Amino acid sequence: MSALSILYVILFYVAMIILVVGITNKILQYKRVPAPLKIAVTPAPLTKTGVAYRFFTEVVLFNSLFRATKWTWIFSFMFHFSLLLAFLRHLRYVISPDSIFWPLINNMVVQSFGHYAGFTMVIGLLGLLARRIFVDRVRYISSISDYLMLILILGIAVTGLSIAFVAHTDIVQLKAFIMGLFLFDWQNLPTDPVLLAHLTMVLFLMVIFPVSKLIHLPGLFMAPTRYQLDNPREKRHLSPWGAELEAKDGRNA
Amino acid sequence: MADYKIPETHEFPIIPSIMEGAMAHSSPFVAGEEFQSDMGFPFSGETGKLIDGWKERFLELMQEKLSKYRSLQVFMDICVKCGACTDKCHYFIGTADPVNMPVARQDLLRKVYRRYFTFAGKYFPKLVGAVDLTEDVIKQMYSYYHQCSECRRCAVFCPFGIDTAEVTMAARDMLAQIGMGQKYSNQIIPKVHKIGNNLGLPEPALVDTLEGLEEEVEEDIGVKVRYPLDEKGAEILLVTPSADFFAEPHIDGLIGYGKVFHAAGVTWTMSSKASEAANFGLFIGNYEQMRKISLRIRDAAKELGVKRIIFGECGHAWRVAYNHLNTLAGPWDFLDPNYPVPQHILEFTKDCLDRGILNINKSENDHMTLTFHDSCNIARASRIGDKPGSQFTTPRAVIKAVCNNFHDMSADTIQDQTFCCGGGGGLLTDDLMELRIKGAQPRMEALKNVSNDHGVTHMAAICAICKSQFTKVLPYYGMTMDQIVSVHQLVSNAIVLEGQETDE
Repeated sequence: MSALSILYVILFYVAMIILVVGITNKILQYKRVPAPLKIAVTPAPLTKTGVAYRFFTEVVLFNSLFRATKWTWIFSFMFHFSLLLAFLRHLRYVISPDSIFWPLINNMVVQSFGHYAGFTMVIGLLGLLARRIFVDRVRYISSISDYLMLILILGIAVTGLSIAFVAHTDIVQLKAFIMGLFLFDWQNLPTDPVLLAHLTMVLFLMVIFPVSKLIHLPGLFMAPTRYQLDNPREKRHLSPWGAELEAKDGRNA
Repeated sequence: MADYKIPETHEFPIIPSIMEGAMAHSSPFVAGEEFQSDMGFPFSGETGKLIDGWKERFLELMQEKLSKYRSLQVFMDICVKCGACTDKCHYFIGTADPVNMPVARQDLLRKVYRRYFTFAGKYFPKLVGAVDLTEDVIKQMYSYYHQCSECRRCAVFCPFGIDTAEVTMAARDMLAQIGMGQKYSNQIIPKVHKIGNNLGLPEPALVDTLEGLEEEVEEDIGVKVRYPLDEKGAEILLVTPSADFFAEPHIDGLIGYGKVFHAAGVTWTMSSKASEAANFGLFIGNYEQMRKISLRIRDAAKELGVKRIIFGECGHAWRVAYNHLNTLAGPWDFLDPNYPVPQHILEFTKDCLDRGILNINKSENDHMTLTFHDSCNIARASRIGDKPGSQFTTPRAVIKAVCNNFHDMSADTIQDQTFCCGGGGGLLTDDLMELRIKGAQPRMEALKNVSNDHGVTHMAAICAICKSQFTKVLPYYGMTMDQIVSVHQLVSNAIVLEGQETDE
């Protein structure tokens, strides 16, 4: 095995551990902190099914963003769904054809649309970047990291597109490398620079995920304003520290 | 008149270009020694000066808040700066100050959170816009966290449901605890504890007022309608904002509640101890205060032996009552389980109308064409009625049942997209008059347009703060203060009680 391949094997494991441990930690932290009061933004659902539907409209359709601003919605929707398609298409590098999951990714939608999703992703990202630069309000609230994040993902998309359409890599060897990571049977990684750039940026994205705004992915499910049921009169809501306050003076008895 | 420009209104809303520093001078009076100590907050020895060790204390408080409020912890982390909220705040629209964009307002605290509580902010502060906690940062927080009415309009449009009100509340509480409490709220809350209501009306004054009210109503319609105080054994305890006892048009609403109870044939009472529905503990983000104020209602209900609790027309009071009364002062197992605790007066009136037990003469309101102002805390932070969204349909159904002429304002300014009156969230004070006038711009614009297009003459509201705020700001926009009315004032006009003398 080449030194470069060994380096990337190590980097992949480190990045994967940081990603998984980091996100798990954050979710556990959010779960640990109580929500002392009912603060659902109303109208809010009365049932758990209703909450699931509310999240469906937010996570799949970006409902609130749609109501807020159509341009951001269009670019954001393009970017996120292209990302999802591209992600699904990439799963063929980690799933073997005899797996039960193979049909999930080996279908027309993922394989054909997924092939071109990189283009719509780039358009979406450029739109979001343009908004950040040209709308005075959005420019005002942007930090350097907000621009860099878009540029990083643009870099991943553009290098990915070049591999798919311009400078093909040795895809069989790449799949062997990735499968090897999961089976602990390490293989050589193709060495073309565009692929290495693509992978390096992806690794960097994985590492910063838990300590950046990318944490909005798990975090958005943890906002009490959205997940709480609208039932405060029917069911008494009390946090552990709220109960402690009560126990101290006994006035609710 | 003021030395600032009253915002213009337009036929179609205009999002202003940002003007940095436009409202940097706006800041409410800071609480002095008396009010800080009444509230149990520290005092540095000089009003507006931070206490010794303020910086460490602030960070300690922040750590505490982050571990007690999931909302704050999650909201500090997950904003992606997408900009969806940037044009949604009435204070931004009215002032063009970029810090009044909800995300920028949150960022005043988030920048400090990042600097002291996150990896990125600790090691790469410039990259992620993290800042050191300095006195200037505190001053800026004090100014701009008192330019937020905690109305939640931004939260409706945020793709992740981030609610700036949660951040504002946390920040105000932390500021109060390092010596920067706001005078207005911290002056009012002790009055609730000492006297029973925000206005400081003692029991004898209340008795006088209510007796006067009974005489006035009897003179007017020839029927003896009761406005009882502290009557043990009554079925219903009415908790209403103290402005209802004397302010216009609030008191006309109170007259209306009494008439509805009279017609429904129920016994009811108010309480001198809980003679206030408002709960400013919400505004200052202080759970203990909010609980203490709520517990007065529990005490009053027990002492008077009532079976039900009904709240009068007040926005934030209903938010606290609807969402938090059970949490803070429950369980309510000693009340009649057949009724929700608490109920809103509109739920009671709507039910009476549905059952057909009120005799209504709609033509009594024919001299007006009405529109309805959804109060922020009722629209986006609570419910009236039994279905999601019935907080929008219930008041409109009641208005339409007692008035012939009604027309809604533009769809993007009502219901869950309603604009705050500009005076909510603890900002209804004269030292913030400029902010209040400018913050009212979007609502005034929508009202003017519906007046021009559909001949609307009056706007009905169900919140004491909205009513007071509009009474004050309508004239600045070329309208008159009596154009704001209570919903139960409309009910009062139209209801015909048994034995009532009519004009004919």
